[in-house]
Amino acid sequence: MKFNIYLYIIIMALITYLIRMLPLTLIRKQIKSKRIRSFLYYVPYVTLSVMTFPAILTSTSSIWSALAGFVTAIIIAYRGGSLIKVSMGSCIAVFLLEFLI
Amino acid sequence: MKAKEAWFKKGMKDGIPIALGYFAVSFTLGIAAKNAGLTAIQAMLMSLTNLTSAGEFAALGLISSGATYLEMAVTQLVINLRYCLMSCSLSQKIDPKSPYYHRFIFSAGVTDEIFGISSNIEGKLSPFYSYGALCVAVPAWTFGTFLGVVAGNIMPVRVLSALSIALFGMFIAIIIPPAKEDKVLAGLIIISMLSATLFYYLPIISWISSGFRIIILTVVIAGIAAVLFPKENEEGEEHEI
Repeated sequence: MKFNIYLYIIIMALITYLIRMLPLTLIRKQIKSKRIRSFLYYVPYVTLSVMTFPAILTSTSSIWSALAGFVTAIIIAYRGGSLIKVSMGSCIAVFLLEFLI
Repeated sequence: MKAKEAWFKKGMKDGIPIALGYFAVSFTLGIAAKNAGLTAIQAMLMSLTNLTSAGEFAALGLISSGATYLEMAVTQLVINLRYCLMSCSLSQKIDPKSPYYHRFIFSAGVTDEIFGISSNIEGKLSPFYSYGALCVAVPAWTFGTFLGVVAGNIMPVRVLSALSIALFGMFIAIIIPPAKEDKVLAGLIIISMLSATLFYYLPIISWISSGFRIIILTVVIAGIAAVLFPKENEEGEEHEI
């Protein structure tokens, strides 16, 4: 039996939308519990850290260019660079290092 | 009216690095889509309606192996479950004064990156910020997929490789500045990265899929932090993320 690609796409989109939509629409009130509020406060930092490292090391063609990009991003971010500056800075570092090696 | 426009413009500006990163990732996705037998239109449609790189890559694998619709549904649920956690967090972040229906539109755009920049906003979040970012990022994501299918080999490898780090650079730009003044956050970031590295390389544990790795580590680490270092945030204070 041949499956229909459009039907696959509709199923994927539906499931993915529901996962995103249900918490946002069901949790309407401000949560009062200090513990849960603190938890939700920490969630972005932990999630973004976990997603960034070590995955960043395998994002480019070589681990060395990735490391250069990683270190560059940290330095620019530490100095208060904007999203685009940090992001482009790490891209340029990767590009330059891959040009050298 | 003015405020909405300002939010939208700010979102568009912060959407630029996302668009660059999305373009690189979706271009690769397009190449994979072509190999899985999708047409350019089908691949574009998938990207436009899903906005999830891990989910779409997994879907391509399933499609080419002729998996059942149920397998597709379960795989998407498992891989994308982390968005549930992000939406819970954003449910507290979104401005309670903005009309309820915005939550239905806003939620379609909860990607890792939109979540990242939205959390980065100080105080309450206007949905128009997210809409501005999506207006820039979604076309890049969709068009990148299209180009990957029709012209997979025109893009220089070096450029693609360099752009592939853009999204990670953006995440770093979000987490580092607040950690400068907050020792707890700095510690959390280091612990999170080290734990993720352990989960990635240790035998047996490394079998856990990346989606679940993110969920487990977030719940455990943020949970422990909430118990040990609760935030003193009362009503009216605008310093929560």
